[in-house]
Amino acid sequence: MRPVRLPERTVAFRHTFGLGGMAAALVLLLILTGVLIMFVYEPTPERAYGSIEALRRDVRFGGLVRNVHHWSANLLVIITFLHLLRTFFTGAFHGARQFNWVIGTLLLLVVLAANFTGYLLPWDQLSYWAITIVTAMLGYVPAIGDGLRQLARGGPEIGSATLINFYTFHTTVFPVTLVTLMAFHFWRVRKAGGVVVPRAYDEGVAERPDTVLFVPSLLAREFVTALVLVASVLVISVAFDAGLAEPANPGMSPNPAKAPWYFLGLQELLLHFHPTWAVVILPGLALLGLLAIPYIRYDEPLEGPWFLSTTGRSLAIAGAVAALALTPLWVLLDEYVTDWSGWLAGLPPVVSEGLVPAVIALGVMWGVVRLAARQHGGNRQEVLQAAFAFVTTALVILTIVGVWFRGEGMALTWPWTS
Amino acid sequence: MTADRRDAPGTRREETETTRRSFLGRLWLGLGGLALAEYVWLVVEFLRPRSGSAEAAGVLVAGPVDRFDLGSVTAFPAGKFYLTRLADGGFLAVSRECTHLGCTVPWIADEGQFVCPCHSSAYDIRGDVLSAPAPRPLDLHPIRIENGIVKVDTGRTLRRRSFEVSQVTRA
Repeated sequence: MRPVRLPERTVAFRHTFGLGGMAAALVLLLILTGVLIMFVYEPTPERAYGSIEALRRDVRFGGLVRNVHHWSANLLVIITFLHLLRTFFTGAFHGARQFNWVIGTLLLLVVLAANFTGYLLPWDQLSYWAITIVTAMLGYVPAIGDGLRQLARGGPEIGSATLINFYTFHTTVFPVTLVTLMAFHFWRVRKAGGVVVPRAYDEGVAERPDTVLFVPSLLAREFVTALVLVASVLVISVAFDAGLAEPANPGMSPNPAKAPWYFLGLQELLLHFHPTWAVVILPGLALLGLLAIPYIRYDEPLEGPWFLSTTGRSLAIAGAVAALALTPLWVLLDEYVTDWSGWLAGLPPVVSEGLVPAVIALGVMWGVVRLAARQHGGNRQEVLQAAFAFVTTALVILTIVGVWFRGEGMALTWPWTS
Repeated sequence: MTADRRDAPGTRREETETTRRSFLGRLWLGLGGLALAEYVWLVVEFLRPRSGSAEAAGVLVAGPVDRFDLGSVTAFPAGKFYLTRLADGGFLAVSRECTHLGCTVPWIADEGQFVCPCHSSAYDIRGDVLSAPAPRPLDLHPIRIENGIVKVDTGRTLRRRSFEVSQVTRA
């Protein structure tokens, strides 16, 4: 998996922060703990909740193993996202890495899918209603929405068919896909000659970079990173319990009912745009844009140092800062001021609450990027960094708003008042 | 390998020309694709909701007409609906599933409305939308009144764009 010798600069921790290795270590941890939980868990609506209770109560280290599984899974989403940011902002998607970016994007989707299918399994109030909400979002896909929702649920509503389907996906389909794609991902990294080689901003690309031996230079770093990570997960798992709400009760929705945290950005979009836009068009555009990144034509592809150049860094910061200011403003305006369907009463909702605000939002982003580009200059890839920083920052903020600033009835609130 | 042949000088093979090798290659590829498509089809068939699992659905006997006061809302948890009796004596069987994202809406008697706990959609006693984000009124189940007994067909669900008088069943 690793070459005997590799460029000295690539082993520096602050170049990659060991994020890819961390993700792999978490997957290993998830498989080990997941297999253990499978010995105890029973995937039927009657027995699921009780078996998780039994796991926590009667099985030695049962609660701890479940906590490790829970926290590793959540951490994996964050680490995978950070790994994506690292790869993008070091320009590591040109040439031999082009297709590996696509595999990485697929891996992110599989990680989310694995997380999501696992979310239902405890069969408590939290999981039951989160899955209800997210599968209901599928219903907003035009034309085939109802069919998709029924397929995802294995019937008109969440029940034993949903549970056994999710269980099978969670314990076989997604893990196998994940491990297969990971092998492919690693192989492509090796084929590309390892991770991208960093350099100082004013330096050219070294023809023959200094090399070091894999053992001990990289191995020691990877080993220490993995150990620290596992130790951290253990500490978190001892300190914070994964929790188990009341048993699922289809007759009573909790208030507020929220999607899993990694889909709260999506649920937040749903509060601001017509469902067709929030669930289908905007996420679809984002995914297509993500997949297209390595295939855009760059006249002078840049790679290596974080943010590529001083210009690139300024542009990325400009994009992030603009989103940091504008996203909360948008959320507040939409809560207290805008009334699209009232202002544009004659138009169908998909236009007044979808097309119009979406075009305005995308237009604002475009304006920000153009403005930053005029101020700082920069080539296409550097300017793209401004847009990418804008979108990812906006997503993070929407997620934070969804997690901490939405209370009863999804009204805006302060996190400390609930 | 076919590329080598194409590039060799003096040969006049066109790119579109089919050799035995390229034909067999494509045949294998096609068969592989077919096998994959068949498997995907199988997966979808296995995931498809089984017709038997639409269980429980059927005609639910709610009770005699007089048992329901004018302007009252009675929950039927087994059928997952509310039987509402309007002030004029008409009946509606209103689904309890919010049309926004599928949460279960409770009847708030004090306010005289259904309020969704998930995103605050509100509906009146007829299931009509009072406040967004609900995109349409609560679904209905057909009602029959036979010999003064109210019966609700929970196997059928009717979607509607807005409340209309024709949706109300009278004794």
